[in-house]
Amino acid sequence: MVEGRAEVKRKAGLRLWLSAGWLGALVLVALLAPLLAPNDPLAQDLFAGRLPPFWVSGADAAYPLGTDSLGRCVLSRIIFGSRLALTVALTAGVITCIIGAGLGLLAGFWRGWVDVVVSRFIDIWMAFPPVLFSILLIAVIGPGVFSIILAIVVIDWTRFARVVRAEAMAQGAMDYVASARVAGRGRMGIMLREVLPNVLPIVLVLLTLEMGIAVIVEAILSFVNLSISTDDPTWGGMISEGRSSIHQAWWVLVFPLVTLFLTVLSFSQLGEGLKDRFDPVLR
Amino acid sequence: MGLLRTILLRLLTTAITLFGVAVIVFFVIRVVPGNPIAMMLPPGATDEDIARLTALYGLDKSIPAQFWIWGAGVLQGDFGTSITARQPVLAMVLARLPATLELSVLALLIAVLVGGAAALTGTRLRQTKVEGGIDIAGGMALSVPDFLWGLLLILAFGVLMPIFHISGRVTPSLDLPFVTNFYLVESLIRLRLDLTLDLLSHMLLPALSLAIPLAAIIAQLLKQSLKETMHLDYVTLARTHGYSEARVIWREALPNALLPTLTLVGVQFTFLIGGTVIIERLFSYEGLGNMAIDAVINRDLPLIQGIVILFAVIFTGVNLVVDLMYAALNPRLRHG
Repeated sequence: MVEGRAEVKRKAGLRLWLSAGWLGALVLVALLAPLLAPNDPLAQDLFAGRLPPFWVSGADAAYPLGTDSLGRCVLSRIIFGSRLALTVALTAGVITCIIGAGLGLLAGFWRGWVDVVVSRFIDIWMAFPPVLFSILLIAVIGPGVFSIILAIVVIDWTRFARVVRAEAMAQGAMDYVASARVAGRGRMGIMLREVLPNVLPIVLVLLTLEMGIAVIVEAILSFVNLSISTDDPTWGGMISEGRSSIHQAWWVLVFPLVTLFLTVLSFSQLGEGLKDRFDPVLR
Repeated sequence: MGLLRTILLRLLTTAITLFGVAVIVFFVIRVVPGNPIAMMLPPGATDEDIARLTALYGLDKSIPAQFWIWGAGVLQGDFGTSITARQPVLAMVLARLPATLELSVLALLIAVLVGGAAALTGTRLRQTKVEGGIDIAGGMALSVPDFLWGLLLILAFGVLMPIFHISGRVTPSLDLPFVTNFYLVESLIRLRLDLTLDLLSHMLLPALSLAIPLAAIIAQLLKQSLKETMHLDYVTLARTHGYSEARVIWREALPNALLPTLTLVGVQFTFLIGGTVIIERLFSYEGLGNMAIDAVINRDLPLIQGIVILFAVIFTGVNLVVDLMYAALNPRLRHG
């Protein structure tokens, strides 16, 4: 790069702050949804169907971003849709992280039969198309927030397990582990007190990336009508409706899509930014 | 000896993986509370009708017994009968497979061409604004998954500039002379370029959605490994012979830099194939993935099993081929 190190660092910092800012704002919007939304997200007004956003002629000021074919407020539905998206992102992300990283740590540091079993399961999991697997699981356990979270956990634990296993193996071969062992410390103690803190930065990066993936999975499941009831506002459900009326009412697709895009981009930029921050070579 | 052992070992683990997939899928979908038989009969069907049909599909037996019967059938090429379409699963799945394969391979081609070109350009013009631009574009491409790229492409080229088709595989009113389901390949063989163009106009956007993230990964990896190769002594030696920089990259550095990229492209290609499920849905493209989602929604157990097993065979097959290629190409492994 022609830019100096300071310039690179400043840009990375900006990227980190922009994505954290968007996500922080989104959390606020989700918490304050009833105060912020101009309309009831479920209310239909069949006489006000497919109204355009406010700057297009024929718009109604009561619906700033227009309405869908049933006359529901697009803005209010996006605002309330953020609740499901963030709930899934946080809950599924954290649970997946704990289970996946835990198994990866055990397999990588403990080795032996635990490693054999975990690695074999990872291989089997890698042979499933993940989207198909998640749709299959939802079809089996039935739609609902709980099912979405469960599907993400069941499918994505390998993302953490793979990386953490490799990292724990690398750490396990290092001198500090050997010296701790010579000092007579138990394996469990070494794993939790010495190895875990050293793999934590990479786990945090993966967690951030996983939250972005969870948001996408929720949107995909809503898109194929398998998340929660179709009346309830979800970004994926809105996108699905927008896709089918794309030539009549572009705004039904564009606004939830932009929101989803920025959210997913923010999670992954935050993850990448944290990765650079933790990377000793860059620092 | 070494290579043969590697091959046998990989074949064994592949078989175990496939068996694991079969077991998991089989048992998972049988936890379904809804009765698929009740769903396919008209309302007002008697309990006797339901029981008869349940017995017909073998669903009255215990789950391990069902697995035994199904597994024995699969090994003989019989994947059962679809509950909704009432046709053999294998025939249905094989009829849709070409559409998905053509889409995946087209996407892979695009990804390799675009990603490779980006890596080579970035290496040739390293430490310039062009390299910086390629890095930023790659970062963006990686941050967003295929599903979102698909939606953005639909908006851009289906609505703002409607130059490509955004749904289907081929214009339905066209008269198709094809005898196989490899439409694209067959249109090329028959020199029906009008049909080729129509097919490509349908396939380009879904293929591009799948290709964008993979192209970014290829660009990143290949550029990294080119960068490392460019510092090696033999490359410096080639430079002292007075060869041009472009020739040094193309003829000397590239062949050595390809190997590490190959392995990862293999794994990533399986992710791309997995992505076809939702991308085919998004573009109403009549492939395996689209059929899979319908099968899940209709609770068509035999069809779901068949499709998932086929996907698993493709996934493990790609990984196997990549591993063997790696073993065959890597001299250290070959003689090891």
